[in-house]
Amino acid sequence: MLLDIRNVAKTFAGADAPVLSDVSLALDRGQSLALTGESGSGKSTFLHLAAGLDTPDAGTVAIDGTVLGTLDDAGRARLRRGTVGLVFQQFNLIPSLDAGANIAFQARLAGRHDAAWCAALADRLGLSPHLRKYPEELSGGQQQRVAIARTLAARPALVLADEPTGNLDEATGDAVLTLLLELVAETGAGLLLVTHSTRLADRLEMRRHLSAGRLSQ
Amino acid sequence: MMAAGLQALLSHWRRRPGQLATLILGLALATALWSGVQAINAEARASYDRAAAALGETRHAQLLPAVGETLPQERFVALRREGWLVSPVIDGRIEAAGTSVRLIGIDPLSAPGDVAPRGFKGGNGLAAFMLPPGELYTHPDTAPALAAAVGASVIPAAGIAPGTAIGDVGLVQRLLDRPGQLTRLIVLPDQPLGRPGLDQIAPDMTLRTPDQGSDVARLTDSFHLNLAAFGLLSFAVGLFIVHGAIGLAFEQRRPVFRTLRALGLPLSRLIALLVAELLVLASLAAVLGMVLGYGIATALLPDVAATLRGLYGADVAGSLSLRPAWWAAGLGIALAGTTLAAVGALIRVARLPLLAPAQPRAWARGNAGTIRAQAGAAAVLALVSVLAARYGTGLVAGFAMLGALLLATALILPAILSGALALGARLARGALAEWFWADTRQQLPGLSLALMALLLALAANIGVGTMVSSFRLTFTGWLDQRLASELYVTARDEAEAERLRAWLAPRADAVLPIWSVEARVADAPVFLYGVADHPTYRDHWPLLDALPGVWDAVAAGEAILVNEQLALRQGLAPGDGLPLPGGWTPVIAGIYSDYGNPTGQALIGLDRFTALYPDAPRLRYGLRTDDPQALSRALTEEFGLPPENLIDQAAIKAFSLQVFERTFTVTGALNVLTLAIAGFAILTSLLTLARMRQPQLAPVWALGLTRARLARLEVLRALLLAALTLACAVPAGLALAWALLNVINVAAFGWRLPMHLFPLDWLRLGVLSALAAVLAALWPARRLARTPPSELLKVFAHER
Repeated sequence: MLLDIRNVAKTFAGADAPVLSDVSLALDRGQSLALTGESGSGKSTFLHLAAGLDTPDAGTVAIDGTVLGTLDDAGRARLRRGTVGLVFQQFNLIPSLDAGANIAFQARLAGRHDAAWCAALADRLGLSPHLRKYPEELSGGQQQRVAIARTLAARPALVLADEPTGNLDEATGDAVLTLLLELVAETGAGLLLVTHSTRLADRLEMRRHLSAGRLSQ
Repeated sequence: MMAAGLQALLSHWRRRPGQLATLILGLALATALWSGVQAINAEARASYDRAAAALGETRHAQLLPAVGETLPQERFVALRREGWLVSPVIDGRIEAAGTSVRLIGIDPLSAPGDVAPRGFKGGNGLAAFMLPPGELYTHPDTAPALAAAVGASVIPAAGIAPGTAIGDVGLVQRLLDRPGQLTRLIVLPDQPLGRPGLDQIAPDMTLRTPDQGSDVARLTDSFHLNLAAFGLLSFAVGLFIVHGAIGLAFEQRRPVFRTLRALGLPLSRLIALLVAELLVLASLAAVLGMVLGYGIATALLPDVAATLRGLYGADVAGSLSLRPAWWAAGLGIALAGTTLAAVGALIRVARLPLLAPAQPRAWARGNAGTIRAQAGAAAVLALVSVLAARYGTGLVAGFAMLGALLLATALILPAILSGALALGARLARGALAEWFWADTRQQLPGLSLALMALLLALAANIGVGTMVSSFRLTFTGWLDQRLASELYVTARDEAEAERLRAWLAPRADAVLPIWSVEARVADAPVFLYGVADHPTYRDHWPLLDALPGVWDAVAAGEAILVNEQLALRQGLAPGDGLPLPGGWTPVIAGIYSDYGNPTGQALIGLDRFTALYPDAPRLRYGLRTDDPQALSRALTEEFGLPPENLIDQAAIKAFSLQVFERTFTVTGALNVLTLAIAGFAILTSLLTLARMRQPQLAPVWALGLTRARLARLEVLRALLLAALTLACAVPAGLALAWALLNVINVAAFGWRLPMHLFPLDWLRLGVLSALAAVLAALWPARRLARTPPSELLKVFAHER
């Protein structure tokens, strides 16, 4: 199993109720799953646990058979570098690098840089004319396409996307999501996408709903 | 409306107490150094003024002997008989309980009213002042020592300079053992008509008008100007911190400003509120800074007082008085500095578009335009500096040149660093290295003010350090040349001097007279020395420039030598003539270096000297001998000379070097404090940037770098920037040293020094600045390494 989450729970300090309670979920290569829920339902927290960015209070998270709880900080960082690709709602590009360098960044960190693949991704995402531009010179849609290219350039086994179209208008968001789904399918990665939009969620193979910290179909 | 607006603005500081502390501390540190130096200067100047006022120097014309230090009392009587309203003064020093006290004797009956010591009542008090045992008015600090040493009644009076006492002329003549002698005559302002001219009745005396100021004040002016310049430099370094802190506070409150305006607060009211807020903060900082400044001045004043006493013979109080003018000046400079630092930020607020996105942009995000503008300003300032060096004269032009040079170097720094970092990024291999260089370049605008402050501090350190070390090297070499005699002996009177000469003739290899008179040449004090024709001088004297056959011409009484400061001050060169008192205008045959001496000096062949100035005391001698210790012992046994009258070469060298080192103790301390302020600037910049850096660092962490590694890279970044800044500071510091040695020293002291390079000192400074940068970076780096993931995740969860 690519992503195997079992009975995780998480409560933030000072909070009255847990943000996640006994949540389990599994995802394999080539599968895509949409996680929906209202604002504050714990979607992003769940995604952060899945990426190894945060640790659960209870339960386990395993990626490709490796239980994240057995890894130290450096081990989790290595796993994120090599296996996980993240797409954020705010794009979170590196402002000091131009679009081309941003796209290649994670692949180079992971030691899997393939210039031809990066160029192909840029071409597919319509970014070729903008590779020398810095993030602040790009539109929101262009920035999100750079973020997607950065994620896929490293050929991650697992793509985790947090509201990837949340900051884009509907038409741009649809186009960006189409490209993301196509490219994930081509690379054979597993995709876990967090969104509050049921319309977008319907475009993925599977769908789960998170409400008050618990998962439902 | 104003209250609500103020509440909204002030709430920022409640949430950011660290930033408030940075702003207040930055301004307080800047004010501290400035006001500390000002307090020292004010105390010293007040002492000079009190001493000068006691002599009436600043208010009344004076008659002084053209040659020598004293005139017979009969001259006073003769001038009075001729109708001149003059009043006698005797001035000299005595040892009292181990300290040197300046005694000033006046005649209360003929002296102008404002010359009498404060507290002196006249009337019945007149008899007590004039009749035995007499009264001495002195500074309260000096009273105990003086009371133990003299028989007269000692009366403490706060208005008198420390180390100075005023009494009746007869009493002081007795205490100084100079019966019937005076040192000067005060010329009263209203003189009767029809009296004969001074050129007829006193051709051997010179008239000094009151507007020429006192000799001590004039001599020490350059020393105080140097201190003031250093204080100003420290203040400028501090202002960089203030500018940065204000800029940050304003940038972070942009959304608040916009909201307040959108809710109906007029722009003018907003600006007024911000100005009022700044003035309140600046006033708080000023008071704190002045308390710190008082502490600095109290710590440094004893060294300054010792320097002024050693170099110039000026008495300065060892303790500080708090003067209202000093408080006012400190407050004023703090408010002016804050205003200067805030002008740019206030203009940006005034131009803030009401409908632009209400998010704070990255603090002081620089762009190529800003860097280009700074580089352009740097080029203009560099040109000003070159023009001031080429065409300017005097200290003011020298300091204008230095100021322009330092400011130009600071302003060009971001462009140089940006270029160097861009080059680094191009040469970098690997994603992380590329990101590191590019990210460092992106941090530059936020750090540039702190780095400019560091550059100024480092350049000042290198410049002043090179100047002091060059001076020390030259000075010690010069002392070896100049102090060729093994022993220096001073007789207590002329009879003893004659016996000494006879006794020494068969026992010493050479007995070299050191006879001198004080004279006024071009209305400035100059010491004229008689010099024997001896290989000691021919072989050792440190000549800078000379005509051929210089020593033969001097020995023959045809020419003289002058010291460098006299030559520079009067624009003299070998071959020129110099009119001397006594109606002789000899040719200048050579110029010699005379470091550490603030006054002019001329050497005259001994025969010519004794012919011209037969009354010159003949008490001092330099002795050449193979066995100075044996000769010293024999002299002591034979003549019973006190230790201070028999000094060996090593003791004089040690004393001279001690004076030298104390002179630069203050400079060294100010140097260290300026560097400390720059270190503080880096720390505060890094701390404030650290919080804003999270949105930039969190994605890199999320993409697979550990927080610990990111923290190490932050430390490395600080180290890299400090190293690059030091690389820029070295040439700037050397340019500063050149200017100090060749422009400022020449204008201030009258001597030019060769420049030596001390790369090991730069290395030490490099290690120090690297250490400062690492220490400054460690705290924010440690915070980054320990930032909980939940905090970093807020970047992605839009909760920031």
